[in-house]
Amino acid sequence: MVQKILEGVKIADFTWALVGPITTNMLSIFGAEVIKIEGRARPDSRRIAAPFKDNIPGLNRSCNFNTYNLGKKSIALNLANKKGIEIAKRIVKWADVVVENFAGTAMERMGLSYAVLKEIKTDIIMLSSSPTGQTGKYPSVRAIGSHLTALSGLQDTAGWPDMEPTGLDSYTDFISPYFNATTILAALDYKRRTGKGQYLDLSQYEDCIHFMAPLVLDFTANHRITSRMGNRSSDAVPHNAYRCLGDDRWCVIAVFNEKEWNLFCNIIDKPWLKSCDRFATFILRKNNEDELDKIIESWTILHSPEDIMTLLQNNGIAAGVVESAEDILDKDPQIAYRGFFTPLDHPEVGLYRAPRSAYILSKIDPVMERAPLIGEHNEYVLKEILALSDEEIGELIVEGIVE
Amino acid sequence: MNTLLSPYRILDLSDEKGQFCGKMLSDLGAEVIKVEKPGGDPSRNIGPFFRNEVDPEKSLHWFAFNTNKKSITLNLDLHEGRKLFKDLVKTADIVIETFDPGYLAGIKLSYEDLEKINKKIILVSITPFGQTGPYKYYKAPEIVAWAMGAHAYQVGEPERPPLKMSHHSQSYLHASGQAAVAVMLALHHKNNTGEGQHIDVSIQESVLHSTDQQETTGRWDAIRQLRHRGMAWPRTGLKTTSRWTCKDGYVIFVFWFGLSAHYTTPLIELMKEQNECDDFLANFDFSKFDWADATQEIWDKLAEPTQKFFLKRTRAELYQYALTRRIQLFPIQNPSDYIDDEQLESRNFWVKLNHPELGESITYPGPFYKSNETAARINRRAPLIGEHNRHIYHDELGITLEDMQKLHIKSVI
Repeated sequence: MVQKILEGVKIADFTWALVGPITTNMLSIFGAEVIKIEGRARPDSRRIAAPFKDNIPGLNRSCNFNTYNLGKKSIALNLANKKGIEIAKRIVKWADVVVENFAGTAMERMGLSYAVLKEIKTDIIMLSSSPTGQTGKYPSVRAIGSHLTALSGLQDTAGWPDMEPTGLDSYTDFISPYFNATTILAALDYKRRTGKGQYLDLSQYEDCIHFMAPLVLDFTANHRITSRMGNRSSDAVPHNAYRCLGDDRWCVIAVFNEKEWNLFCNIIDKPWLKSCDRFATFILRKNNEDELDKIIESWTILHSPEDIMTLLQNNGIAAGVVESAEDILDKDPQIAYRGFFTPLDHPEVGLYRAPRSAYILSKIDPVMERAPLIGEHNEYVLKEILALSDEEIGELIVEGIVE
Repeated sequence: MNTLLSPYRILDLSDEKGQFCGKMLSDLGAEVIKVEKPGGDPSRNIGPFFRNEVDPEKSLHWFAFNTNKKSITLNLDLHEGRKLFKDLVKTADIVIETFDPGYLAGIKLSYEDLEKINKKIILVSITPFGQTGPYKYYKAPEIVAWAMGAHAYQVGEPERPPLKMSHHSQSYLHASGQAAVAVMLALHHKNNTGEGQHIDVSIQESVLHSTDQQETTGRWDAIRQLRHRGMAWPRTGLKTTSRWTCKDGYVIFVFWFGLSAHYTTPLIELMKEQNECDDFLANFDFSKFDWADATQEIWDKLAEPTQKFFLKRTRAELYQYALTRRIQLFPIQNPSDYIDDEQLESRNFWVKLNHPELGESITYPGPFYKSNETAARINRRAPLIGEHNRHIYHDELGITLEDMQKLHIKSVI
């Protein structure tokens, strides 16, 4: 009986920020051995990103870092130094997979291109996830998630029709990892079948256009450019977020057909709406949606979002709490029932709650282990994996190669 | 070139909640057979439509997420339909489904039932809240899924309601992406052990994973603070922006300081060359300035000439400057803007697929990775309703054309 799905899969992880670490996190929580190669002089940008536990900054205290690097091992290596690069290459020799998400062509400049790494290990699988890909006219564009939401068109679809597009932060950073992790696992399967490794070049720009696909086709086939609709839908009315009882508390409601509409009017104790000329048909309700939303909000404001959700869902009408992080972590009975968060004990921040995968596998559980301290596994990597002697390790420390 | 997943066959029973999962795996070379109810899958009625003609064979939403797939029709509510499905399960590796929890068990096609036919089968269930728990029967159209996965709470403007993204569902794409990773994990397990399994994907949990957990759950867990709508970055308390109006829309641009000043200074150089830079901006030392010392007055002085410069130029002009001079500036685009993007074009990203029935070819987003050894492929438009019935039922399962006709009359296929 295998205890971990990816037992024995070895990953040399050069990633930082979000896209790369989330990708390898998907693999580490199912048992891949992930060696995170980072440095103290230039740590993973998320190690220095607020918020920190108790608002005290520290390389091991960022909640973001500790969420997306579960069960990985950390070696702090000075990659600006040639000897540091040599150590990195020895880790690659040990690995099955190399993952990196620097700007395009950066690995080449560091002397760690696929061509070089393939010489060290002929069947290596290497995945690069960069903003615009490794080839083409502009391969080395430096961009972060909030830039790619703009480029890919995702940001243009978020917002109110009478306002400029709203911000989506680094939304695309949570899209590319699916493409990366799926491709890595498929390449491992290909290697099992053929014995061959390969280089996988993914562009985050391209990944995210897939999340726009129906709108792309609407343009290429119909030459139509769609605009922002706020919370409106062409298939449902009412369809919005409504203010509820409490401080910044909201529920969403979506009513799709006549049957649901009639039921909804009765449930919210406004049966007169059904016989109101202005709301008599779907089209009339769409035409008078602002007015209808106000009437609905005069009801929702009297109730908690939880009560509204329960009442409507029990009658077969789609409704939900607009959940905050507090709702998710401390109140939502569904999240609690499914054990989505696991408390992990961390030597510097104490207990913190880490999310598992968005799926449960029937035969095997994820391995939930805390994120590593920076350089926590220096000795393990150098001694156990690379079999260096104590003298060699001592030299590397004195020379500042291992930090 | 070879494909990564050529040996595998997938039976795809999913509606819009799961179709992108099969699409991703199909791009990687798996054979995906869409199993639709006679008359076609209801998700064929989702717009937009080709030339706005509402028709189950003209849904662009369907086209987008079902490329390469084959289609057979099959009525699983009838005994004979289930029998045929079980025959197909014998040679399949993966089944993707999005029915309400308990539906497949009710028609004797649960994982336990399928496992008896093929112990290696992997069943992927994608549902709003997963197969278990108090909300498992709750409905979750996009607006509900997005809200309950904690995404809506932090999107939008402070004075307005929390916001979903417009048009097609993002939540279902996230769930499908998660499902694709899960399928690959289960395939790995199957190849190690010879056993399949049941994968339970929650759309709510997928949406939660699509938020920055540094800002959502991480912030609450570590310092008991909630992130509200419109809490812009950088969080200085100053009135600043990263989104600027230009001649024909908006661009994203942030002033960088200190070690990152080199992302900003090429813009200042450009403004100087064009004589659109005032003395304050021209002499401002971005590399020495510490953002912690910023005041509203300094910000306003930096912003004013910059805003003027942007207003005189289009997104395309500014982006071209950005690419050639390495300024970190990006336009807010829509598909009409990037359909002839030079970078996408030089990577041959776009794919044209022929739709003979429509008398036209349509341009699609192309393969999502490039490799020296294998290739992703998108080479066939989405299938018509039951387009591959004969191929699967007759050629493969050996059902005579006469018997197929009988199954058709009985509404089985």
